[in-house]
Amino acid sequence: MSESRFRGTDRYVATDDLMMAVNAAVTLGRPLLVKGEPGTGKTQLAEEVALALNRPFLQWHIKSTTKAQQGLYEYDAVSRLRDSQLGDARVHDIGNYIVKGKLWEAFTTEIQPVLLIDEIDKADIEFPNDLLHELDRMEFFVYETRQVVKARHRPIIIITSNNEKELPDAFLRRCFFHYIRFPDKETMERIVNVHYPNLKKRLLSEALEAFFEIRDVPGLKKRPSTSELLDWIKLLVAEDIPPEALRGDQRKLIPPLYGALLKNEQDVHLFERLLFMSRRKKD
Amino acid sequence: MMTDFFLKLRQAGIPVTLTEFLTLLEALSQRVTAHSIEEFYYLARATLVKDERYYDRFDQVFGSHFQGLETLFDEIIGARVPLEWLHKLAELTLSEEDKQWIESLGGWEKLMETFAKRLTEQEGRHQGGNKWIGTAGTSPYGAYGYNPEGIRIGQETSRHRRAVKVWDRREFRNLDDTLELGTRNIKIALRRLRRFAREGAARELDLDDTIRSTARNAGWLELKMVPERHNAVKVLLFLDVGGSMDDHVRVCEELFSAARGEFKHLEYFYFHNMVYEGLWKDNRRRYTEKTATLSVLNTFGHDYKLILVGDATMSPYEITYPGGSVEHFNPEAGDVWLSRLLTAWPHAIWLNPQPQNRWSYIPSIQMVRELMGERMFPLTLEGLEQGIRALQRAR
Repeated sequence: MSESRFRGTDRYVATDDLMMAVNAAVTLGRPLLVKGEPGTGKTQLAEEVALALNRPFLQWHIKSTTKAQQGLYEYDAVSRLRDSQLGDARVHDIGNYIVKGKLWEAFTTEIQPVLLIDEIDKADIEFPNDLLHELDRMEFFVYETRQVVKARHRPIIIITSNNEKELPDAFLRRCFFHYIRFPDKETMERIVNVHYPNLKKRLLSEALEAFFEIRDVPGLKKRPSTSELLDWIKLLVAEDIPPEALRGDQRKLIPPLYGALLKNEQDVHLFERLLFMSRRKKD
Repeated sequence: MMTDFFLKLRQAGIPVTLTEFLTLLEALSQRVTAHSIEEFYYLARATLVKDERYYDRFDQVFGSHFQGLETLFDEIIGARVPLEWLHKLAELTLSEEDKQWIESLGGWEKLMETFAKRLTEQEGRHQGGNKWIGTAGTSPYGAYGYNPEGIRIGQETSRHRRAVKVWDRREFRNLDDTLELGTRNIKIALRRLRRFAREGAARELDLDDTIRSTARNAGWLELKMVPERHNAVKVLLFLDVGGSMDDHVRVCEELFSAARGEFKHLEYFYFHNMVYEGLWKDNRRRYTEKTATLSVLNTFGHDYKLILVGDATMSPYEITYPGGSVEHFNPEAGDVWLSRLLTAWPHAIWLNPQPQNRWSYIPSIQMVRELMGERMFPLTLEGLEQGIRALQRAR
């Protein structure tokens, strides 16, 4: 039991509720649906779970054109047609032209794998519905070869969504759900520490201060998230910016290297305007 | 104890199903938790709640159920004041002088402040009178009464409907796209919308069908084409909120929710009664965060299809005269703006939740209908179907 429990890794800080959700999904063999602001580590979670539990890791990226069938298998009719023209002997076995999808792969691995279905909301609305039976029973039927593919172990399935579309209720019912909240200051400190263990204490606290200040600016089009903070700190370290430069009251300009945090020129303008106004108030 | 909890969650409006509840029980029997209340809480939340919007409600129900605090439910339902206080018991009309006197009572901010204070002071139900929160009084707090700057609590419909100016400014509700698509009606409507989202030119080679047809054709190659698979339809949804639309909130919510799930390119904006120079995306911040209609006109291309939803029930001044709006001074009349919209997006319909047999009695509906070039349809299944057909027609 103990080795199948997820407690975060040395690269990934998991909160208690996230651990619980992962462990429940692992134990019951149901998919876990993860939502949250962009940049809070949704995709990374699956990788880390695989690492922590020592399982093979499979990734299925969803695009707007992805169909559910592609996750199961595809029948490569074109190469069969070509082979038949060339008189290849392989042509008699249709099984040679069945290309396995990610779900099939996940069903047939030796050890129970972790399968990430990334950004499920990008696909067509029917996509989740088309996978209901497969995720529920963990089996599917291949028409061309008339075989039933059954999962050897129920794979640990982690699904991420960016909330671009509502997912159907029937699909939600079968999943565990977790919403990754934006980390508070302490959690954020732990996260940064995990990534930059040798960071100077003062730089860290100043940087966090400045970061949360920017996040609190009302009306930003894109608020910076964890991954942006990490990039920014990386830049600060690389450029060797002194902690004093990030100080709120001494700061007359927007923070150095703000390009890592604000990704939109309107946001930069807004922030500049707010700083200008607050400076005027003081004078 | 668990069953009670389940029922309470449902009462609080969290869409929990039996399957999910059974999953929770299964997880408990598999000993996923180590029997601490926190772990149980996390487990229950991951199992039962499938949308972060319900987290807050869930927390409150959980707290009340497992610590024996029953009273938090008020907050869940959103009514801090028991509704029966506000039941309609009497009516009241005031003279012009009274109205002016009440108007002098102070601004919005002050009202909210006093409101909070009053709430803590007051302990019983109240009706009439001019201070306490209740019904039919002249206190600014309450319902079914009259006060030009009043805060309305728990009153569902506007009572001074046909007045040219809306007197009481109230909190408009955001259309809630979280609403479940429970009714069979809307599911059918959804299917209709979907069909129109799937059409397009047949440009892609349909391999399966080509092979099948070729085989059936005894080896003669027969190419089959299909429309590209996409939800390429782009939709702009303009929704009327507040005022006379209060009667139709439910049906609009359902439509909105269905549309949100259906279209990838869906943009929505709110307006009040008639479109003017400003639209907004969030009702709570409608006075501060307005989008200029002109920039909306310039942002979205001609290929967007425009669906206006509104009852078009208003005073004719709101359509034809500059400055006719009930809420603000509009430099240009509503019909000017509407015809601008129609030029920008030739594919447009107006869905009207008012029953069709009443349309002819309301002059403003006739006017809007004329402006729309007869493309006004009732917000019913049939109307929706007709409207969608009108949207597809080439213009």
